[in-house]
Amino acid sequence: MPRITVTVDGITYEEDVEPRLLLVHLLRDRLGKTGTPVGCDTSNCGACTVMLDGKSVKSCSVLAVQADGGDVVTIEGLGADGSMHPMQRAFHEEHALQCGYCTPGMVMAAIDLLRDDPDPSEETIREGLEGNLCRCTGYCNIVSAVRRGAQEMGQAVSKQ
Amino acid sequence: MTETASTTTTAGQGVGESARRPDAVLKVTGEFAYASDLWLDGMVWGVTLRSPHPSAWIRSIDVGPALKIDGVLAVLTHEDVPGVKFFGLDRRDQPVLAIDQVRYQGEPVALVAADHPETARRAAAAIVVDYEVRAAVTDPRQATDVVRHQPVRRGDTFEAEVVVTGEYEVGMQDQAFLGPESGLAVPAEDGGVDLYIATQWLHVDRDQLAPCLGLPHDKVRLTLSGVGGAFGAREDLSMQVHACMLALRLNRPVKIVYGREESFFGHVHRHPALMRYEHGATRDGRLVYVKADILLDGGAYCSSSPAVVGNAASLGVGPYEVPNVRVDATGVYTNNPPCGAMRGFGAVQACYAYESQMDRLAEACGLSPVEIRVRNAVSQGSRLITGQLIDAPAPLAGMLRDLESMPLPEGPPATDLRALPGGVSQTTRGEAVRRGVGYGVGIKNICFSEGFDDYSTARVRAELVGGEPHVTVHTAAAEVGQGLVTLQAQIARTELGIANVTVATADTAVGSAGSSSASRQSYVTGGAVRAACEAVRKRFDGLPAREALERFGPIEETREYRHRPTYPMDPVTGQGDSHTQLALCVHRAVVDVDVELGLVKVVELAAVQDVGRVLNPQALEGQIHGGSAQGLGLALMEEIQVRDGLVLNPSFTDYLIPTILDMPPMQTKILENPDPAAPYGLRGAGEPPTLSSTPAIAAAVRAATGLRLTRVPIRPEDIALFNNGEVSDGKRT
Repeated sequence: MPRITVTVDGITYEEDVEPRLLLVHLLRDRLGKTGTPVGCDTSNCGACTVMLDGKSVKSCSVLAVQADGGDVVTIEGLGADGSMHPMQRAFHEEHALQCGYCTPGMVMAAIDLLRDDPDPSEETIREGLEGNLCRCTGYCNIVSAVRRGAQEMGQAVSKQ
Repeated sequence: MTETASTTTTAGQGVGESARRPDAVLKVTGEFAYASDLWLDGMVWGVTLRSPHPSAWIRSIDVGPALKIDGVLAVLTHEDVPGVKFFGLDRRDQPVLAIDQVRYQGEPVALVAADHPETARRAAAAIVVDYEVRAAVTDPRQATDVVRHQPVRRGDTFEAEVVVTGEYEVGMQDQAFLGPESGLAVPAEDGGVDLYIATQWLHVDRDQLAPCLGLPHDKVRLTLSGVGGAFGAREDLSMQVHACMLALRLNRPVKIVYGREESFFGHVHRHPALMRYEHGATRDGRLVYVKADILLDGGAYCSSSPAVVGNAASLGVGPYEVPNVRVDATGVYTNNPPCGAMRGFGAVQACYAYESQMDRLAEACGLSPVEIRVRNAVSQGSRLITGQLIDAPAPLAGMLRDLESMPLPEGPPATDLRALPGGVSQTTRGEAVRRGVGYGVGIKNICFSEGFDDYSTARVRAELVGGEPHVTVHTAAAEVGQGLVTLQAQIARTELGIANVTVATADTAVGSAGSSSASRQSYVTGGAVRAACEAVRKRFDGLPAREALERFGPIEETREYRHRPTYPMDPVTGQGDSHTQLALCVHRAVVDVDVELGLVKVVELAAVQDVGRVLNPQALEGQIHGGSAQGLGLALMEEIQVRDGLVLNPSFTDYLIPTILDMPPMQTKILENPDPAAPYGLRGAGEPPTLSSTPAIAAAVRAATGLRLTRVPIRPEDIALFNNGEVSDGKRT
């Protein structure tokens, strides 16, 4: 079995993995990172989205061996020093979730889209989150949350 | 008393305010434990072997090859069911595991437990089942086994100046919640079992589960684990009995998690419907009569089909005054996938048909879609076709006028490819894009109907924790995402004037709360929490909370709450006060349609809903948005395609639910005309928007295309293949 070295939420792990093991199963079943859920098994829903080396990926579509040497950030590792990331706070405050199953993936995908456009329009937000399904909210509050998260992140940057 | 006032107002978290979800921090940080996240040391994995055939005899089952696989701990069939071998919500007609025959594709046949889910799956595949395939009944029109037939008869005038007829069809919709079914069964020292489960109705799960396990109720304890959406699909049992059977057999914890494909086979769907309507009216558009035949395909087992038929019958003409009625709603058994509860059940299917008819009638009478509806709208004091008096506000005409007066979005933008139907995959420059506007109206019964003993139970405890007043609310009501936990806490804060409220995890240690369905939990569990809080407050003896708790110690009260009784429908005439509350929602849809490519983009949805009293504005808006999105899905894309009893598209690759690009921005207007019979005057709100968005979108597509489009979901070929100037009814051969 190949041995991989992967950093997840700031902790480096060395794991022997089967070549076909998916990153999402490494995270959930081996490392106990159950904050990243599985919604569809076919890479449609985006619930399992995480950051791999700073870019959002659907962790059901990445093999664990592909993450060898990589830096993975899950929803559980987003906040710093026990406080929430501005995007997490925005999802909370804008009521951008009901059952919450899509939320980890939505938050990660939303943060990634701000890398390309820190002040996205509604259209840009919708284009950017097309790969993440939500069944509860009708997406309206998700759009509001991403805008709010973007504003707060922008303010945080300008203060620095 | 100043303390009471100040805690209520400064918290900003009482009834009527946009209190934040108490579970939201856990949900945005990934710490919330969904059923699929549960883990116990020493647990093993259960897997279900399902029938590949919609109808077959089982000649034999050979579990030997599965047992030989390393890591396999048990293989069970129907012979291993310890107690009663059947379960069901309404009728116990569904076998825990198939007995000698299978009646639908996906029916559970055997169970495997192993030390790894992959091992269990391999073992399940190794089981040899010898099937003798037989003819399947897959056309509901050919079905002879009737679940329920409910007529509604009123008046005897079935002639009119203007008559419009239509045949309509609704496809099989899936709830498609995002978190697939999961549960963890843990054997207990007393010989019983503890089940941690994502469900909608803990107590009725237990009522079915305990007899199947051959255990008394008190040895079967259920605890709600995190639920990733429900929408009706978790009202029936899925793996509850299976996980418990394996756990009791092995004396080890057993976890079962469905994948998405298995989820499509593991729960009931929305009934597909075939409907024939005839509307008669005066020349000025006043309804004289309605005849309707509504045929609902219940699939292989009963589930909640009788209630679905009841809704389709009693609400079969919509919120309109109709003096003469002949409605027949019929549910039948077939070998198609079992159908049961989905948001708005029974009412959704009929709504699409009667609203399509109202548009045809408007056209025939030369009236606008809004005008025809206003002329026939019910109001307080009207009677349903069942004879039931609408005794609470029902301001439909005003709602329609409000909706009509909302500003329309600006004209079709021709330049930005992303804004065209089909988005960036568009192959034209939008030269064939037409805009259409349509309206839809829906009426839904709130809470359980037809004489069901519908109640909820709440236990409320007030005490000092660290010297501060604290309230714990404990019910068995399932939080499935809708926000009931928020509401329970809001009610406790308002009623007791105590800011610190904990909503305990729902379980069977407290009395039943009934189902998280039928838009009923705000009403019934809300009512129970309020009643229990009132009882606690009474024991404060007029003192402020802190003083009372210092003097009297912890105070705990449990209360049951029932809504007004309902009554059965007459089996011949359908007459009877079968509902306790009715809710209205109206939608306007604006669509752009590429009439050559058959692509539809919903540009905007607008909705007006009367909720009686807003308990949480933010959560309410979320319900309207989400319900409207599911109605959009039914209008344009969502269908489980079943051919000869076989499901063709059990995945999110092929079963499409609306993405963020499919769902447009919404305008909403919320009215508060209180229902005096309900707690706080509230009106259940979760389902109505799911009804009216579908016909509004269908009407808008018709307006854009000129096609009749008598079936939902409307598919691209329904539009593109009939775009030669001909007027098609949108039916395929």
